[in-house]
Amino acid sequence: MNAREAILGRVRARIPRGPEGSRREAVERRIAGRPRNLIPERGQGGIEHRIRVFTEMMLAVGGTVEIVDDVNEVPHAVSVYLRDGNLPAQVRRGADPVLAKLPWHRGGTLEVTEGPAADADRASITRAFAGIAESGTIVQISGADNPTTLNFLPEAHIVVLESAALFASYEEAWTKLRALMGEGNMPRTVNMISGPSRTADIEQTIVRPAHGPKNMHVIIVR
Amino acid sequence: MTEMSTNAFKDNVSKALADDKLQFAMTETGPRFIAKRTKAREALPEFDRLRDQARDIKDHVLDHLDIYLETYEAKVKETGGHVHWAETPDDARAAVLEICRKANAKMVTKGKSMISEEIDLNKHLEENGITPVETDLGEYIIQLRNERPSHIIAPAVHLTRDQVEADFRRVHTHLDPKRDLTEIPALVEEARGVLRQKYLAADVGITGANFLVAETGTSIIVTNEGNGDLTQTLPRVHIVLASIEKLVPTLEDATTILRVLARSATGQDFSNYTTFSTGGRREGDPDGPIEYHVILLDNGRTNVLGTEFQDMLRCIRCGACLNHCPVYNAVGGHAYGWVYPGPIGSVVTPALVGIENARHLPNASTFCGRCEEVCPMRIPIPKMLRHWREKEFERHLQPASMRWGLGVWAWVAKRPKLYRRATAIAARVLANQAHGKGRLKKVPLAAGWTEIRDFPAPQGKTFHQLWKERRR
Repeated sequence: MNAREAILGRVRARIPRGPEGSRREAVERRIAGRPRNLIPERGQGGIEHRIRVFTEMMLAVGGTVEIVDDVNEVPHAVSVYLRDGNLPAQVRRGADPVLAKLPWHRGGTLEVTEGPAADADRASITRAFAGIAESGTIVQISGADNPTTLNFLPEAHIVVLESAALFASYEEAWTKLRALMGEGNMPRTVNMISGPSRTADIEQTIVRPAHGPKNMHVIIVR
Repeated sequence: MTEMSTNAFKDNVSKALADDKLQFAMTETGPRFIAKRTKAREALPEFDRLRDQARDIKDHVLDHLDIYLETYEAKVKETGGHVHWAETPDDARAAVLEICRKANAKMVTKGKSMISEEIDLNKHLEENGITPVETDLGEYIIQLRNERPSHIIAPAVHLTRDQVEADFRRVHTHLDPKRDLTEIPALVEEARGVLRQKYLAADVGITGANFLVAETGTSIIVTNEGNGDLTQTLPRVHIVLASIEKLVPTLEDATTILRVLARSATGQDFSNYTTFSTGGRREGDPDGPIEYHVILLDNGRTNVLGTEFQDMLRCIRCGACLNHCPVYNAVGGHAYGWVYPGPIGSVVTPALVGIENARHLPNASTFCGRCEEVCPMRIPIPKMLRHWREKEFERHLQPASMRWGLGVWAWVAKRPKLYRRATAIAARVLANQAHGKGRLKKVPLAAGWTEIRDFPAPQGKTFHQLWKERRR
């Protein structure tokens, strides 16, 4: 008997035995129905409320937020952000079509390269799949347009978050993801990110950054 | 790595209490963790209701665990991943080694995983010519010291910054010996620099799993440092170490439990990085691991199902019970002698290694009940500690004098009239002996107590007598 059969056999021998069919049905029903559990009220409300709560939460964990009215303002905002942070005017992005089409010339001398992050990259820009007001969280999904390394290797991570993707709760992001990927399917990686990397492993003292980005800057496009 | 010393608990405690560095490091630990959790809980009015739901989700999973495991496995395979079932630590180690060998791995980076500690993976890899590198800062530090984690989520909480500095100077000999490492940020930056090169060079990345999602075949890790993500994204192969009780039905269910996890652990609303991994790199993905493997470990957990100890399988390893435990905060995690310290460790360890190998642990409790009060999964820890004490008694694991004493006490306690008369006499005699000072320096048969502290003297009347008087 292999390990799989042995483990499953012991489980079956020990848990309450209803009719096999109805137990299986209970599992299938739960997965197909995927009922939502209690969702906290904190993030719920109109877009202004969601922006306010998201901003509060992101600032509380050491990130920064700025709001622009039009996505075409992003290149300029990026160039100012890098300059103020004493970072070189260089940023790495994925192949995301919205980011690709931005009028990057408005960023002045800003140099934009495409592809996954390399160790030497100082700054990256990604487009958020979703934002979650409840905890000031950004949701990134991996794919041809979105290299995962952009979220982790560079020192500064800039995120473009369109207000239509700024939800009250994680549950709404799951709904959006299922609409994109189909039921039960996930991209290779979904990253929920709440602020820059930190550690408290020495004397419980919070230090930023640990291994990931030192700064996380979210540009909300209203 | 240190050997198991669960049966040396009493000696471990004496050493811990005499260890000035440890006592210094532990002074602030409990209070800080407690304050952070309290603040997070107060900021979320729904917190306690979420705990109820979190408990119910896991209970439902445990009642249908066979079907959830099968469903999960099928989904992982569908997404191109591999599932390896392991009954024992030996099986799990062998499976990891085989994957590493096939990948021609010389070095593996590792995210934080308690299962890795449970199966003593690092030693096995080293013995087979593969270098494991822990990347969580706390885990990295204790790896340098050849120690076990002393806390489930803060593995190096027993250490002070000067101890870490000494270790870094000893190991990072390629760096300037005159560098300044007196401040904590300098230590963190140094570890960041050293480990960054390891992530980039590693052949295999090994992480744990906080949850496994049956709906999608997904594993979830939760970190603050980002080390887990670099570990699993950069190398060619990603191995997930998980135990069978990590299953949850859906993304919604995982989300609910995530809402109570970080708040209970570190007092954060959400951890910095919550990462959902499903299979290997997809067509067109510019990065990410090519191979994705999950090791599903049992190691005694199935034996707990259907028993009075089943509820322990709801544990999400947040560490809240440790932080709130007066015993843990006095002696630190190493005294417990194995992988899982604190109240939950005293429940889990006997289940995994046998009560005969961990018989002191269920007694390392004052039964104050704070562990159960703060547990996000509402695990009745004190009740289970009592069950373990019963098992200890049933199996004659205590010294004869203790069994004899308990026998006499039980004989008297089952005879209420005799019991009341005997305790009334004892209370009066002891009260007289105290000569009005309210405490006693010596009490017959209680040397174990009075050797190190005075015994509070009874006030002359028993509870029953007072009860009778006041009801009148």
